[in-house]
Amino acid sequence: MTREEIIQPSNLVYHKPTLMNDVPMHYCPGCSHGVVHKLIAEVVEEMGLADRTTGICPVGCAVFACNYIDIDWIEAAHGRAPAVACAAKRLNPDHLVFTYQGDGDFACIGTAETIHSLNRGDDIAVIFINNAIYGMTGGQMAPTTLMGMKTSTCPYGRQADLHGFPLKITEIAATLNGTCYVTRQAVHTVAAINRTKRAIRQAFQNCMEHRGASLVEVVSTCSSGWKKTPVEANNWMEEEMFANYPLGDIKKKDIER
Amino acid sequence: MGKTRGAIVVDTERCKGCGLCVVACPLHIIHLAEKSVNMKGYSYAVQEDWTSCNGCTSCAIVCPDGCISVYRTKEA
Repeated sequence: MTREEIIQPSNLVYHKPTLMNDVPMHYCPGCSHGVVHKLIAEVVEEMGLADRTTGICPVGCAVFACNYIDIDWIEAAHGRAPAVACAAKRLNPDHLVFTYQGDGDFACIGTAETIHSLNRGDDIAVIFINNAIYGMTGGQMAPTTLMGMKTSTCPYGRQADLHGFPLKITEIAATLNGTCYVTRQAVHTVAAINRTKRAIRQAFQNCMEHRGASLVEVVSTCSSGWKKTPVEANNWMEEEMFANYPLGDIKKKDIER
Repeated sequence: MGKTRGAIVVDTERCKGCGLCVVACPLHIIHLAEKSVNMKGYSYAVQEDWTSCNGCTSCAIVCPDGCISVYRTKEA
């Protein structure tokens, strides 16, 4: 059997999701954002919600997410994505509304919006990309930066007496009454990617069924910010990040209202 | 039962040469081009020994830029 005989349209088993545009992504080589974008496009496509989905872009590396997935997008001010999503969902209750935020957006400048939106039980899904660093602005320390981790603004490593402790906002979100689904996943292996896809699908279903707020944290790499190759970054994430940010479902509970 | 045969097609202009597909391939048959680069200057992924590919889609699933298409069929 020749290669040309295998490469026939009828034998195609995996390709770029059709909702993903052909525009080349601006992300660095090996960035986890690309994988999560792909999963969102796949899930929206599978759920048949392409014309009833509104995504809220953050400020951060994913600020241009609107260029890559062919759905409706709103660009929110820094950290305010959950507040914008809350309005979008209340005005369009039959739409899938999700925010896509990094740790600087979600866990630092947007902490107030995050906590109050999740606590209100807005029927939104939040995809939270945690790479423990401010990737877009040059690798500064973020609230989620690990103890001892070197960044451009803590070149000797994060110290508790000077910088405080890493913020586990996903655990905080799990204590709020408005959240129905809180989980932490990763996208470094095929198995992990499949689990993350299931988690995103669950969060989107909760949004459509008005069950309350869902939060999917994706522990991610920032190979440029961490000054590593994409493969080294994945290994470092497994060794260091997972000890502080253990994977798995944190909360699955119907909310009472 | 015929053997499962697969092949991948890499969008070489979209590929950024991150190498995640190289480590994800369980058969270790993907590598980065050594002597050629795309328009952006990245060494893109190429499938070395396509005859042993079984079309498991691991490389395509981990690809952050969605530049790998996978084809799979059964030998008669």
